[in-house]
Amino acid sequence: MSNAVQPDLTFPKNWHRRHLLDLESLSAEEISTILDVAQQLKEMTQGCRNKISLLAGKTCANLFFENSTRTRNSFSLAAKRLGADTVEFSSAGSSVAKGETFIDTAKTIEAMGVEWVVTRHGTPGTPHLLSRELDCCVLNAGDGPHGHPTQGLLDILTIRQHRGDIKGLTVALVGDIAHSRTARSNIWGLSKLGAHVIICGPPTLVSPRWTELGFEVAHHLDDILPRCDVLNLLRIQFERQRARLFPSVHEYAALYAMNGARMRKSKDDILIMAPGPINRGVEITPEVADGPHSVILEQVNNGIAVRMAALWLLSGANERAKANAKSSPAD
Amino acid sequence: MNETANKDLLIENGRLVDPSQDLDRSARLLVIDGCVAAIDPADADIPTACDRLDASGKIVAPGLVDLGAELREPGNEEDETIESGSHAALAGGYTSVLCCSSTRPCIDSPGGVEFVRQKATKARGARIHVIGCLSKGREGEQMAELGLLADAGAVAFSDAPKSMPNDALLKRALEYCRMFDLPIIDRPEVPELAENGMMHDGRISLVLGLKGLPTEAEDLAVARDVRLAEATSGRLHVGPVSTMGAVDMIRRVKSRGIDVTASVCPHNLCLSDVELRSFDSKYKVHPPLRSEKHVETLQKAVADGTIDAIQSGHMPRSREKKMDDLDLSPFGGAALETTLATTITYMIDKQLLDWSAAVDRLSTAPAKIAGIAGGSLRPGSAADIVIIDPNQNWTVNGMQFRSHCISSPLDGHSLRGRATHTIVGGEIRYRLRPELQHIA
Repeated sequence: MSNAVQPDLTFPKNWHRRHLLDLESLSAEEISTILDVAQQLKEMTQGCRNKISLLAGKTCANLFFENSTRTRNSFSLAAKRLGADTVEFSSAGSSVAKGETFIDTAKTIEAMGVEWVVTRHGTPGTPHLLSRELDCCVLNAGDGPHGHPTQGLLDILTIRQHRGDIKGLTVALVGDIAHSRTARSNIWGLSKLGAHVIICGPPTLVSPRWTELGFEVAHHLDDILPRCDVLNLLRIQFERQRARLFPSVHEYAALYAMNGARMRKSKDDILIMAPGPINRGVEITPEVADGPHSVILEQVNNGIAVRMAALWLLSGANERAKANAKSSPAD
Repeated sequence: MNETANKDLLIENGRLVDPSQDLDRSARLLVIDGCVAAIDPADADIPTACDRLDASGKIVAPGLVDLGAELREPGNEEDETIESGSHAALAGGYTSVLCCSSTRPCIDSPGGVEFVRQKATKARGARIHVIGCLSKGREGEQMAELGLLADAGAVAFSDAPKSMPNDALLKRALEYCRMFDLPIIDRPEVPELAENGMMHDGRISLVLGLKGLPTEAEDLAVARDVRLAEATSGRLHVGPVSTMGAVDMIRRVKSRGIDVTASVCPHNLCLSDVELRSFDSKYKVHPPLRSEKHVETLQKAVADGTIDAIQSGHMPRSREKKMDDLDLSPFGGAALETTLATTITYMIDKQLLDWSAAVDRLSTAPAKIAGIAGGSLRPGSAADIVIIDPNQNWTVNGMQFRSHCISSPLDGHSLRGRATHTIVGGEIRYRLRPELQHIA
């Protein structure tokens, strides 16, 4: 079979997944495949700017149970850049608010003939549950604190563009690890590709159990800065419940904000990343966010590339699986 | 299935296991007029019109007794009814079940007790004994009218599955209840430490990003419980427990001669938190599936008697409720129909319990803790009997449960052993359907 409209994009032999639910379950090879395809698609669309018709005729449904502008739009644009159509569902004011279970909502959407359901939900495991109930492709756009695979992938792609091989790099994730799906996806993706991951934050947000799993834990950012090739600054969230875990925003910023003084303690070629939206003055000061080491905006562009790759790969695997089911043994 | 009115029954060729009489041997059991008449009766004593039941290759034991199953009626009949629950109990080999007070309205008045008793009688399933609320409205503030509840027939008091957060109230209730000589049952958990936990707080919950239930939430409550039991000399049963810390405290307190009893649920004897990696809500149970070291500690504690009883933890919830996302999905699942087989597969087959000890944990001890008749085949006892085929190998399938609840953490698991007949007062109220039988 050929999914390729552009002659120089061949469907990878080793790709069989119809769903992208997390990075934990992916092999290093699979992760590299998505990154390679993302890079190719980024180039083919002139930096995710122009349209190609790789996925024309297919529809991507966003099913978001949590508010999101950038991720939702990023997926939407990714689908459109490849020629697919998009449709939006959100839980506010919808059938879910009227008491429909989320599985029924997803099945209804599937019945409208969509190829992919991109879903974001506050509870871990929801996309996994959907993948067992639906026949179309399921993409996890964030399931509570558990995972955000495309975020992890776009972060890694960004690092790769600047540094080549991930292997041997020291990457620190800083902030509210306990509640961060970005952190978890990065932890799995980076470690599978051979990076040394440091998890940094206050003890109430960074459990000592991470060391039992083989990861380095640090509570003082200043101590690890000289060793870091990359810093990924997670957003601190200030809801009431989280606020009990550290005394104040002011204190957090004093201990963990990436500012000019800390930049001077860092490597000359350190990369500064953040999943955004950033709280200027809390995790990161304006001079660093807008400075020469920051690749935050490149991350955003890579997000579209990675999501294009995911849509194309999952759909291809889905078609392949259906073709195999139909084809006779003699083939 | 027509129940025979004839209550005379001779059970032959079975292996009689009755820890209350130190019995474990091949023997005949004669039931006359609903009571155990004799073990190995003389032929002359067997009535001519007596029914006979061939128990070749099977275990004959006192019917199982459960220390706390939720029957959900009144108020949540979509989850379970007294009828479906009492019949699920029979299918699991239970002849007596203590039902939780956690209905809507809760059972904090004599009328509530009476309602359940009447429904249970009509259902003709396992015997249902009523646990009355410990506090008014299960609100944890004031003692319920425990004396009136006792008069109406309540056999124990508890707000389970809710825990008892008010230390002073628990202490007063323990003192007060001494005049009725009825046990108080506490499911130990400190609500503030439990917060919104969905699973055991450990390495797996960290990786999955799910809020955890830390062991401290249970351990602190157990510490409080045993201390108050000691201070008041009250009758307290702590359970179900699930942590190493709980086991440790109970062991120490028992060694000092304090009268505290404890129980555990079968799912905590065989499954660990690793199961939650599937995010399947059938594993969202309470107490939560803890890590392997807790499972091993609990197994040993049941083996050495530190934990006195195995209770089902039957917490049925409708399919619709369990199909929701993991956060919104309620804790619970069906357990009455799998507790016996789980005990056989994970405790007897692993040589942690022999048959006599297993029957003790499942029947004799819970009957004693609850202070009800049962757990014994001593001549003169009511003929509440379970016939178990230890050679039935079966795969748990929630769709085949008599319970309304199809969710079970054991769903899909292969288990050994099954009740083939459950007899209440000499009446065979349950027979295993032939199409469900799978002989090894």
